[in-house]
Amino acid sequence: MSEQLIHKTAAELADALAAGETTSVELTQAHLDRIAAVDAGVHAFLHVDAEGALAQAAESDARRAAGEARHLLDGVPIAVKDVLATQGLPTTCGSKILEGWVPPYDATVVRRIKDAGLPILGKTNMDEFAMGSSTEHSAYGPTRNPWDQTRIPGGSGGGSAAAVAAFEAPLALGTDTGGSIRQPGAVTGTVGVKPTYGGVSRYGLVALANSLDQVGPVTRTVLDSALLHELIGGHDPLDSTSVDAPVGAYVEAARQGATGDLAGLRVGVIKELAGDGWQAGVMARFAETVELLEKLGAEVTEISCPTFVHAMATYYLILPAECSSNLAKFDAMRYGLRVVPEGDPSAEAVMRATRDAGFGDEVKRRIMIGTYALSSGYYDAYYGQAQKVRTLISRDFAAAFESVDVLVSPTSPTTAFPLGEKLDDPLAMYLQDLATIPANLAGVPGISVPAGLADEDGLPVGFQVLAPALADERLYRVGAAVEAALTSRWGGPILAKAPNLEGPR
Amino acid sequence: MTATTETLVPFDEVVAAYDPALGLEIHVELNTNTKMFCGCPATFGGEPNTQVCPTCLGLPGAMPVVNGKAVESAIRIGLALNCEIAEWCRFARKNYFYPDMPKNFQTSQYDEPIAFEGYLDVDVEGETFRIEIERAHMEEDTGKSSHVGGTAGRIHGADYSLVDYNRAGIPLIEIVTKPILGTGAKAPLVAKAYVSAIRDLIVALGVSDARMDQGSIRADVNLSLAPKGSGALGTRSETKNVNSLRSVERAVRYEMARHAGILAAGGSVLQETRHFHENDGTTSSGREKSDAEDYRYFPEPDLVPVAPSREWVEELRATLPENPAARRTRLQAEWGFSDLEMRDTVGAGALELVEQTIAAGAAPQAARKWWLTELARRANDTGVELSELGVTPAQVAEVQALVDAKTINDKLARQVFDGLLAGEGTPEEIIAARGLAVVSDEGALSAAVDKAIAENPAIADKIRDGKVAAAGALIGAVMKEMRGQADAGRVRELVLEKLG
Repeated sequence: MSEQLIHKTAAELADALAAGETTSVELTQAHLDRIAAVDAGVHAFLHVDAEGALAQAAESDARRAAGEARHLLDGVPIAVKDVLATQGLPTTCGSKILEGWVPPYDATVVRRIKDAGLPILGKTNMDEFAMGSSTEHSAYGPTRNPWDQTRIPGGSGGGSAAAVAAFEAPLALGTDTGGSIRQPGAVTGTVGVKPTYGGVSRYGLVALANSLDQVGPVTRTVLDSALLHELIGGHDPLDSTSVDAPVGAYVEAARQGATGDLAGLRVGVIKELAGDGWQAGVMARFAETVELLEKLGAEVTEISCPTFVHAMATYYLILPAECSSNLAKFDAMRYGLRVVPEGDPSAEAVMRATRDAGFGDEVKRRIMIGTYALSSGYYDAYYGQAQKVRTLISRDFAAAFESVDVLVSPTSPTTAFPLGEKLDDPLAMYLQDLATIPANLAGVPGISVPAGLADEDGLPVGFQVLAPALADERLYRVGAAVEAALTSRWGGPILAKAPNLEGPR
Repeated sequence: MTATTETLVPFDEVVAAYDPALGLEIHVELNTNTKMFCGCPATFGGEPNTQVCPTCLGLPGAMPVVNGKAVESAIRIGLALNCEIAEWCRFARKNYFYPDMPKNFQTSQYDEPIAFEGYLDVDVEGETFRIEIERAHMEEDTGKSSHVGGTAGRIHGADYSLVDYNRAGIPLIEIVTKPILGTGAKAPLVAKAYVSAIRDLIVALGVSDARMDQGSIRADVNLSLAPKGSGALGTRSETKNVNSLRSVERAVRYEMARHAGILAAGGSVLQETRHFHENDGTTSSGREKSDAEDYRYFPEPDLVPVAPSREWVEELRATLPENPAARRTRLQAEWGFSDLEMRDTVGAGALELVEQTIAAGAAPQAARKWWLTELARRANDTGVELSELGVTPAQVAEVQALVDAKTINDKLARQVFDGLLAGEGTPEEIIAARGLAVVSDEGALSAAVDKAIAENPAIADKIRDGKVAAAGALIGAVMKEMRGQADAGRVRELVLEKLG
């Protein structure tokens, strides 16, 4: 029974709850059992809140019995990336410096899922402060890819993607600063959406780079992402950068897309996101998916976005600059780790010792780069220049969206690589996000949906769709069309091909 | 602690050899209900750390939202300072580490202030100085540190430190002047008059409690000297948090003497922040912040730009109080003050007090007289501003009403002020408790006059001979006999009656 439950999509679980075929307690327990069975290997979770989740599930069941369910997803459990503040639950951001910190408040998105009645299973693993593309930079050890536990699950949100891929949770929240939702989605065979910048509140998201960060859904199906996006999206007075506009009809767009009719849709293939360094199996699945779009009625053209080749350099100036300032607050004065050196140290010495012990190498690297980029005399050459290129990248998007409705590319240049392979080569690691970063710089939305398995390694490949700002519906329409056609071609969801983590099914 | 090794040059010699350049940065704490970027109360005096939330504590994940009322106050201050108001401006992060900074950056404004390019005219001893305003920008206050143990309440050497974050996030407006040149020997007075004028403006706008003693207006005083007539600008020192008008004047005076001492000895002034010491009027090096700081400013990515519409700016312009200079002209005419009387009133920082005293019923000259003589002397003796003395305009008006009613005389009134300052109650209560009422018993008064005449026969004869001017000596004797509690006018009448 529980085996059947955990393989259901969130939409199916919602239907089962509504039909009285299961209870929130039953399906929450089923997911907790699955976590207990497989997470020692996968290590998707940093903290599991079995007691809290079951209590929320019981309340949900009581509401539903009284005919007072608050939301379609009331009672469907969810996992939350550990970068989002959760009142009463530890929030570490994958860093030693926040070990033991329990926030006294909820992030707005957490508040919204709590208010809707979704039990929170726990907090998922991530690269420290979301800096990385493999989850290997977590101070609490890496997450392993459920498709091959010797490989990375992507990052920074490898925990949320792996939890969903390993059927430990039907839904998860992620955050995407340069691809941290979409790239893990691609390499774990799951769906991830980065909404339009400002579409989902960032209040309570421990900022990596404020002008790039977005919270978004991590799920196994496009429809589930749409359901979750509609729940967490919309204006928040606590986030000045949140857009004061109605939430889009994402569920409707996903259902419409699933009918498989893309007649008249104009699709642009981004010319610059291909070539040397792009894995053959990735490009093959991408090309097939583009052909599929044409079969479904779309008009496909190649579009050049010449400034995208500068996106990586731009990103690695803006992000470190913002994060060098954001991370200054971790100084041992009010919360988190405090390292007190011998003798009678000054406050400054305590700050220095704490930051030295509490931050990992990648975090220190970016703090140093960012501090340098903002320094007097260097600002114009680095941060100032990067902001100008950022504007040019936005213009490339704007120009492209004058002739096409959506842009497409592979989500990531490669499939999941072996743990440890790129740890000593930051630049190789950074290249994982080549295709996802431009959307963050321009604030436009993007989705990654499974495109199949690469021939050479049998690992999942992601297909990315990008839309103009506030046109997130298009992601769901196109994503659902691709998903429906490919699922039909494969004879079932891609995750059916993933190894069984608990022995024979 | 106090730098006793400084060589100080007498003031006259300083101004004979050097031209001072002033620069003033004034922080005004706004009296908005809530803080700059969150909904916490912005009131003064709460129990430590009771007016805090994730945002003003800088907790991970928390975000700022701009207080619209603070923007409104900033625009009104800018308009009152004859500034341009930005059509579009942003907040910026000023990055530096300090234990009372919740985020280790201050959300402020950098190269895009809300108000810029203005001026304020101040009068000093009949001369008008136009102080050019470079900018007025919005920012948030830091927490407040208290260092316990060690020496002198500094962080270095303290046993431990406490931080109150109630103040963190209180909205501040920082008003920055351009270099103020050409003030010469009047530099200390110009600095004081400028801060005083800013305070009056802030009071008139109603945007701050404007209490220097509580830190709701704080001045940083920049000063440099250049050889007289050189037209150059010397290296400046920045004396932080000078917290009274009198201290502003003293800090400028001290820094001029100190700079001159260094320059005269062939040395060069160190560009640094200095602390002002109220007790002896000196400054000392503020070592903990003397490092050359690189604040790594960049636009605050968590906030959207502030873009006040022109319509709104004009609406706010219409709410501005009367221009201070025009108001002074109007009041002078209404009160019938001479130019000198008006200048003295303004110079003593007594304009508001006199106005309020008149509003409470006193005659203009009486109101002026009390504030500029009796009360000014007491303020000077205790080293506080008139407004901080502890006597209210309503009390002064009440005392004058009692004088007008001949319940007391001017001399007794002084004792009533003593009582007011000692907190002995209302003027009526003080008169009763101290037994100060003028003796209106004609019998007692007449007996005292008779006694004085009997004891001073020679003087009495002179008066009988028509030398009325001699009456003063007899009146004095009577007043002495009555221990001052007599109406001198009535005594004079009685003396002349009896000897006429």
